[in-house]
Amino acid sequence: MSNGSTRRIIACLDVTHGRVVKGVQFVDLIDAGDPAELARLHAESGADEIVLLDITATSDARPILIDVVRRTASQLFVPFTVGGGVRSLDDAAALFDAGADKISINSAAIKNPSIITDIALRFGSQAVVVAIDAKRAATNADGSIAAEVYLAGGRIATGHDAVAWAREAESRGAGEILLTSMDCDGTRNGFDCPLTAAVANAVNIPVIASGGAGTPQHFVEVFDGAADAALAASIFHFGIHDVRELKATLQRAGIPVRLPC
Amino acid sequence: MTVTLIDYRAGNLASVRKAFAFLGRQTVTTEDPDQVRRAKALVLPGVGHFSTTERLATSGVRAAVEEAIANGVPFLGICVGMQWQFGGSTEAPDTAGLALFEGSCERFQTDLKVPHVGWNRITRTAEGAESRLLRGVEDGSFVYFTHSYRAPVVKGVAAVTSYGETFAAVVERGNIFGTQFHPEKSGDNGLRMLRNFCEIAEERSAR
Repeated sequence: MSNGSTRRIIACLDVTHGRVVKGVQFVDLIDAGDPAELARLHAESGADEIVLLDITATSDARPILIDVVRRTASQLFVPFTVGGGVRSLDDAAALFDAGADKISINSAAIKNPSIITDIALRFGSQAVVVAIDAKRAATNADGSIAAEVYLAGGRIATGHDAVAWAREAESRGAGEILLTSMDCDGTRNGFDCPLTAAVANAVNIPVIASGGAGTPQHFVEVFDGAADAALAASIFHFGIHDVRELKATLQRAGIPVRLPC
Repeated sequence: MTVTLIDYRAGNLASVRKAFAFLGRQTVTTEDPDQVRRAKALVLPGVGHFSTTERLATSGVRAAVEEAIANGVPFLGICVGMQWQFGGSTEAPDTAGLALFEGSCERFQTDLKVPHVGWNRITRTAEGAESRLLRGVEDGSFVYFTHSYRAPVVKGVAAVTSYGETFAAVVERGNIFGTQFHPEKSGDNGLRMLRNFCEIAEERSAR
């Protein structure tokens, strides 16, 4: 790819009750630190973006923690996406005001898809990321990949097909898709490359691959597919891979990245 | 010095405000034409649709901005704010820009994904060699873009970048500055440009 654009590495902070946590396949949470501190460290070590997801806001039926967002945003000068528990345009507006650049919506978008358009019209499509948590289902009759969309941190099956839902989200004004493979999440066995490619080829907006990152080679594989960006959490939090080191590996593999950063 | 941020109800000003605060500068956010006229440094942040700039014309802010520019007040447009400095945009054909630079903005004519979202290197043009906004920013530095429309490479373009096609990344002419990317989201390189802008305004105010 020599069109001038680089592939993005996104560090994700899964937050609950104001602390960064990491689970395996969405459960068994362990503490990984302070969100503001980790966001700053990741940005310094070369992360192209930071995503903060309040992973229990929806299941606890409470609003996202605005003060954590404000504190994290105050020292962060790379793109900052916030999600979890965004139910209305007002919720989104409060997060933008606290310093978010983009809002990630998941459950609310399925329940009330017009919220995608509402936020896009007020804040621009570039500010709306639709997060899709998907679990592989039986392959379609034509041999194409099928995956079902889940809600509330993987607790509720929706019956929606991930590829079809990504297309609908785009048509309603989403600026990016954050696609998390529930099968791969936390396993460190690699991204779901075929699923990522199926979604990325079905839409004309950037797709961020998420779930399963364990080694630099996993990023090479998902970028050799169709991912525009790749997101990981635990491999960065615990210092297994420094972002800069990861980018050097990608550059050697011929994948354009922001380096030096 | 206080930086005046123009609010035209088209999205999010918090990130720009936060960046100036980090640089130790105060900001005031306004859509009052009189306050715009009195500004020492004017910034038009931009996200969203080109048609939202229509509000600037109807509210009288556009005339105030033109007056401030004529008086030599440094003016920085970001993203759609930079696009507004051109004649217009095919995104909203009935909305006129300031026409400070030649040509109009158009949607990307590329097979690549649109919006263009990500970090690209910027390269100075010959006339951008002495850019004051880019002072101390190395050629080839990465900055963060997110946009679907782009401005042409014409006189006054100080740096360019490519996404399938080459387009204007930075414009600069006298006291008029614009960036297609988001300096407030472009790490140290972007902060450097915002600091340069403040210093340009401060030097002028001190004269």
